[in-house]
This record gives sequence, structure tokens and C-alpha cells, in this order.
Amino acid sequence: MNLKKSSTEGPARFIASHVKGLPKSGIREFFALVSQTPEAISLGIGEPDFVTPWSIREAAIFALERGRTSYTDNLGLIQLREAIAAYAERQFRLSYDPKSEILVTVGVSEALDLALRAIINPGDKVLYHQPSYVSYHPSIELAHGEPIAVPTSAGNQFELDSDILRQYWEPGCKALMLCFPTNPTGAVTDAGKLGQIARFAVEKDLLVISDEIYAELTFDAPHRSIATFPGMKERTLLLHGVSKAFAMTGFRIGYVCGTALLVEAMMKVHQYSMMCAPILSQEAAREAFTSGQSSVARMREQYMRRRDFVVRRFNDIGLSCHLPKGTFYAFPCVESTGLDESEFCNRLLLEEKVAVVPGTAFGEAGKGYVRASFSTSYANLLEAMKRIERFVGNVRKAGSEGDSVAARGGRRMESVETSS
Amino acid sequence: MNEVLNLLLEGEHLSSSKIGEILGLSDSEVEHEMTRLQREGILLGWRPVLNSDQAASDLVRAVIEVKISPEREGGFDRTAERISGFEEVESCYLMSGAYDLLVFVRGANLHEVATFVSERLATIGGVLSTATHFLLRTYKDQGFLLGRKVSDADKPAVSP
Repeated sequence: MNLKKSSTEGPARFIASHVKGLPKSGIREFFALVSQTPEAISLGIGEPDFVTPWSIREAAIFALERGRTSYTDNLGLIQLREAIAAYAERQFRLSYDPKSEILVTVGVSEALDLALRAIINPGDKVLYHQPSYVSYHPSIELAHGEPIAVPTSAGNQFELDSDILRQYWEPGCKALMLCFPTNPTGAVTDAGKLGQIARFAVEKDLLVISDEIYAELTFDAPHRSIATFPGMKERTLLLHGVSKAFAMTGFRIGYVCGTALLVEAMMKVHQYSMMCAPILSQEAAREAFTSGQSSVARMREQYMRRRDFVVRRFNDIGLSCHLPKGTFYAFPCVESTGLDESEFCNRLLLEEKVAVVPGTAFGEAGKGYVRASFSTSYANLLEAMKRIERFVGNVRKAGSEGDSVAARGGRRMESVETSS
Repeated sequence: MNEVLNLLLEGEHLSSSKIGEILGLSDSEVEHEMTRLQREGILLGWRPVLNSDQAASDLVRAVIEVKISPEREGGFDRTAERISGFEEVESCYLMSGAYDLLVFVRGANLHEVATFVSERLATIGGVLSTATHFLLRTYKDQGFLLGRKVSDADKPAVSP
């Protein structure tokens, strides 16, 4: 709490300055608030609402029964890497050598951290697009790099293009981080623009760190990896994992594919910090990559129906919302209510007991927006949208009656009557 | 309009008006589609799936393997349809393998089921033999697991 005041005394004096300066994730602050309202309907969940398919859970149990409890190769079980290679061939149309070009990590989060630590010299600049997953900015800083946020906007569906990249590029840029489909916006950059970005990366000699964890959850067109463009495979680190596609967030398995030298550099960091990913999780992941395809197709279809409903309702309510082409997040604009994104989230939670995440948790470019996950039941979605509609109606009414009342944001009688 | 059917198949219990709200259709459009599905024999009907332990149902259920002789015209159909007609019969399937029909029956008690098998089923012309197995416990019924539920309690309400 009083880190700043007493940075030269007390335990705080031991904390490294670049860690001290790191902000806590905005999601954590909001999470604390939501925890005090356990009866709230949460549209804040960043993981599938499905349980891991049984065949995958069963594979983990079987591994435990067989006494598979040892360390594994630092790169991960060779059988798993072979399964990943086959999967990457099918899903991404990319060939990697399981012996030297694939590293199994503890979630994509670790893969991201390893990639940055393996390539960044202090002061190297890294471009990434915003709004983005919460860890990008701090991970770059932790690796002593200098993050450069490239804003994307609703005007172009939160897609990225090479023109805006060129605008933000500066000498000393070493890497470009991409995440399509994007958490939190659901954006997908189409093949044409992705090709331009690829040419830009070649022109500026950038290494691309591409987080494609939502690759299976695209609704309108099949996913395309930037690594498939000419000249890109050798300068791309492809990050992917089992969390979203197979509802395996708690297993913590990700992987990176790239040229052998880069993978080996990452492996060096990995072997001294993590040693290897847990073997039971690796066994489960192997089953997922080998035979989890039918579950993925079913989940995608169900998410799509939820997406169409939620986006239509947001627009009906007057919170303009683009159609996300991937992920399970809608990212509506709340500016028309006259509230900023934090007020909106706090009051919606307080007055109507619905949790959505303020867009600024994903960077400044999320200002004026909120992230609503549709990874929950229809009953929850129907009720949540009804409450959001009532909330927005109340806010607008109060706004037209007199700004001062709404601005105070107090608990008002007509909105407290709801039960959950 | 098959969207209505696909949504129903997800298995969440929803009223017509909620289905309409989700799919952006009017109530009458949803009703019309449901009527069409029933008229065309695609949607056969509705029935709640009960946990027989919780519902304190004393019904006895049995599975019967039935061997029948096919007829020159109509094969197994006529005998199978005669068996299916009894209201004790919940389901009836033609199977490959050691027997021909697999018949699920239920009755108020053991005696009732036994009587049904010996006096009704076994006496139908064309039935060669029966083997009756009584159900002891249900672990999964029509896609629903009856065992311990997976708990969401530790899942954070907000995550990145």
C-alpha cells in the first residue's frame, strides 16, 4: 500500500525498481470488487464455461495410474511434441520439427515470457497492439524491453494494419507482438492486412511473437497464422496452447513453434526457471491434440450462437458493438451512457449485479469500452442483458433529468429492487 | 430455421419466447417452427429427464434381449412394431449380433415386468427367445451424469 512512501525503508527497499513500477492488473482490482458480490452474474470470465472433455481428463488419470510422475525432457514429452507438430500441420498448415522446433511451456503466458526474455536486450523496443491481453505490456517491461502500444479502434473493428504500425515504429524496434483473434476485442485481421503486416515485419526486420491461443475460435473465416506468409516462418514465434480450444485452462499447457535456434534460446531460459511443464498435463494435452477436434467444433458452434445474441442485444440497447470474428468476448462501447468504463462497470455491478470488465484493464485504447464474455449459459446471458438494458435505461433517464444525480452514482431506489 | 432445433439440442431448458429472444425471432415464428418440426416427425415430443434416485420413483426397469424370426415380407418390422406397441416398452431397437431386438421396459414392480415378459412378450408369434436383465443403478441417462457434479466454486468470477 505505502510502497511509494517508504521505498527506502521497510521490506519495500528490497523490491526491484522495475517491479515496483509495475501496475497491478486492472482485472485483479475489479475481481476483488466482484468477489464481494457473489450472487452477481459474471460476464467477466476469461475461460470456457465447458468442463474439459472427459477423454482428456481420463488421459490424465490414466497417466497418474501408470505412475507417470517424473520430469520430462525440457522441451516436453516427444510424443506430445509429435502430436503438436501434426496438429500445427492441420490447424495452421505449418510444418515444424518436433525434435528441435517445438517447446512445451506452462501456458502461453510462460511462452510469451520466455520469448521476450530470450530475445530482448535492455532497451529494445517491442510493438504490440492495444487493447490487448493484460500481460503483454508488463511482460515486455519485466524483460527490460520498451513497450510501444499501437492503438486499434472500433472504427476498423480493432483490426491492425501496416499503416498504423509504420506510424508507431521507431528505430530500435526489435519485435512485434500480435494476438489474433484478440482478447478482449474478438478482432481478427483479414488475410490481406495480415500480408501487409508480414511485409512490414520483413522490411523492418522484426521478429513476430504471435499469440494464437484463440485460433480455433473463429466464426466467419478459418484462422490464418502470420507465419504462413512468405518470409515469415523463420521470423515468427507461434504461440498456442490447449486452454481455450479444449477448455483446459487449469492444465496450464502452451507451446511455441519457431526456428531451432530461437526455440533453443527459449529452452535455455525455460530449463533454468521451469525445468519442464507438469507431465500429467502434458499427457492430457497429448490426448487433446490427438482427438479433441469434435469437442472444438461443438464449442465453436455454441459460442457463435451466443455471440450473435449478445451483440444484437448490445446494439439494441444502444451500446454499439462490433461483431467479434473470434474469441468469446463482446467489446461494446459504453460512452453513449455518459459514464466512463469504470463507472459503468462499478455501477452495473452495484445496481444490477452484473460483472463486465472495464476496457482500460486491457490498456488505454480500451477507454470507453467494456469486455463482456459470452462464455456462459443462455439463462445467464438472457438475464444479464435484461439487467444491462434496465441499467442503461436508468442511467439515461437520470442523465436527462439532471446530470448531477447520475454523476454522484449513488444507489437509487428504482434499480435496487432486482433480485438475482 | 434449423437454428431453433440446434438451440434445443444444446440441452438448456428455454421457453419459446427466450428461444425467440436469443435467435432474434418472434414468439410465433418459434412456435411455428416447433409445430413444423413436430408435424414432420423430426421432433417427437418432450419429456423431462429425471434422476430416478432423487425422484423416489419405484419403477422397475429392465432390458430384454429378444430373438425373433424374420418374416418373408417385412423382415423384422412387423414383430418389432407389435412389441413396441405395448406401453410398458420405453424403447425398442433392432440390433446386430447375438440377438435381434433390444427392448427397454418398465413396470411398477418386479412382478409386473416378469408378467409382461412371460405372458405378453414371449407369447408373440415370431418371438423365439428372451433374456431379461434388470437395471440396478443409473450412472448416466440421456447425456446427464448422475454422479458428483463438477464444481465451479474455485473458478474466478473475473479472469483475464
